[in-house]
Amino acid sequence: MKKIAILFIIFFIFNSYSYALIKVDITRGNLDPLPIAVSPLHVDDKSENIKELEVKNLGASISSIIEKNFKSTGLFNPLKKEAFVQKPDIAHLKPRFEDWRLIKAQALVTGKLSINGNKLKVEFRLWDLTASKEMVALAFTTTPSNWRRVAHIISDKIYERLTGEDGYFDTRIIYVAESGPKNQRVKKLAIMDQDGSRTKYLTLGNELVLTPRFNPSNQMVTYLSYFRNLPRVYLLDIETGKQEVVGNFPGMTFAPRFSPDGKKIIMSFAKDGNSDIYTMDLETRIVERITDHSSIDTSPSYSPDGKYISFNSDRSGLQQIYVMKSDGSNVKRITFGNGIYGTPVWSPRGDLIAFTKMRKGKFYIGVMRSDGSGERLLTENFYQEAPSWSPNGRVLVFYRETKSGPDGKGFSAKLWSIDITGYNERKIQTETDASDPSWSSLLSK
Amino acid sequence: MKFNKNLKNVLLIIFATLALSACSTAKKSQTSGDVYTGTDTVEYLASGVKDRVFFATNKSSLTSASRETLRKQATFLRKNKKLNVTIEGHADERGTREYNLALGERRANAVKDYLMTYGISGKRISVISYGKERPVNSESTPLAWSQNRRSVTVKVK
Repeated sequence: MKKIAILFIIFFIFNSYSYALIKVDITRGNLDPLPIAVSPLHVDDKSENIKELEVKNLGASISSIIEKNFKSTGLFNPLKKEAFVQKPDIAHLKPRFEDWRLIKAQALVTGKLSINGNKLKVEFRLWDLTASKEMVALAFTTTPSNWRRVAHIISDKIYERLTGEDGYFDTRIIYVAESGPKNQRVKKLAIMDQDGSRTKYLTLGNELVLTPRFNPSNQMVTYLSYFRNLPRVYLLDIETGKQEVVGNFPGMTFAPRFSPDGKKIIMSFAKDGNSDIYTMDLETRIVERITDHSSIDTSPSYSPDGKYISFNSDRSGLQQIYVMKSDGSNVKRITFGNGIYGTPVWSPRGDLIAFTKMRKGKFYIGVMRSDGSGERLLTENFYQEAPSWSPNGRVLVFYRETKSGPDGKGFSAKLWSIDITGYNERKIQTETDASDPSWSSLLSK
Repeated sequence: MKFNKNLKNVLLIIFATLALSACSTAKKSQTSGDVYTGTDTVEYLASGVKDRVFFATNKSSLTSASRETLRKQATFLRKNKKLNVTIEGHADERGTREYNLALGERRANAVKDYLMTYGISGKRISVISYGKERPVNSESTPLAWSQNRRSVTVKVK
């Protein structure tokens, strides 16, 4: 993945960081999304033809990905193209602001692209229609096969400019692809772009695999595999496909995650009916025991500064969430509400912990501050769990299972996302049933 | 719209109540507390030797019926000295995946420990947890969940 990132040459044409008049507030549920016009990118007539690509339609394809990204945020309302009033190439030079304002657009995205010498050059501009001003102008050069990532990077740049927050479109999600009957599910590791495109399967489904999680550079994945019927934490290099068992434990290891610096894996090790939390340093291979308690301690997750670990434990009788220092000292219970709590995951911003709550036969995804205060339940369902954060800490992806009838009839597992405002709940399209999602960090950062 | 939703909820509650009352009369005999006591899913290691025991929600303690089953398994294993077994620990679908893996392991070990107190060498017994991954009954009902909260003793071939 690193290789691809290097191929990108990003440069600013010029950047007018004037104080923008339009600004999108993302701290609350947005009931009045910003009307934005995304003009199809103009394709240069002299562009070379590329076999696998419909170069003529590439400008329209890129703009429709940008529109889809915007729509998925719930913060923007991409306007219908039929109403557009100017040709893409002319609008890109200098839009007639009053005409675009007439169709009620407040922001406009224009651009053009060309392919020469097997290089794709893309240029885009974001216009503030209210202030009649250019807000961002950027150009990229990359290999033509990267055109989807170009669309996501443009989306990120615009999102950043309009919300003041980092974007999350040039990202991927790793998850478990599921098929077959409920009592004999075939599970494979799968990876896809954040918008559900370009799915790739990383394992064949010969053995059960669960809970994949990215490392901070998105090149490695740690997960649980039942290879040879020995459930163990594995490490997989996505580029090379190389896999290895993590550590040499005489029993089941599970619930793995990377430390924020990517140097350690934290996980549970089950021995004689008792699960405790351990870390292994990937370089020195030194294993450290972090918790030592006769209860089940699992689902560990580091704070982004690496100083704390949240986990769930049933030491009080039922599953609750605890926070401790990363050396295992100072264990504090942070959940005291009605119900039982699991799967704490620290936000990349460090301010919140996402969790699964179970109460009276319902499952909730929620967030709270890292001291347990300010609990907010975002969504209620028959079964859902395993939240994972978007890299900007604004959106959670999780999986949801339906109630099934006799012999598992009607059973399905799907990925969903929701804003931490509690608004904008969406199903994420996947080729198969899906569970255990893990969101990557921004690929082009 | 809201009225419709409320109406739907009311109807759902009525249905649920009907369904529940139907369950409690028909299935009462099959669970005690919420531990499954029936034999619908049970297989046998040998004549009269049940292969599995059942657990209460989030628990790994053995009921007296479970202990009786395991004593019979121990007797069977003492008679068949060359036989090794794997204890599979399972959970129902009403918990988070990772916790369920730990819970399945704890249940399997509760069985292993009990067999060992009856003189079966720990070397003959391996354990594996499947968490909620391998339900024996795929329906989403309290009865199915009680059948899925189990430890199964499997002969190693």
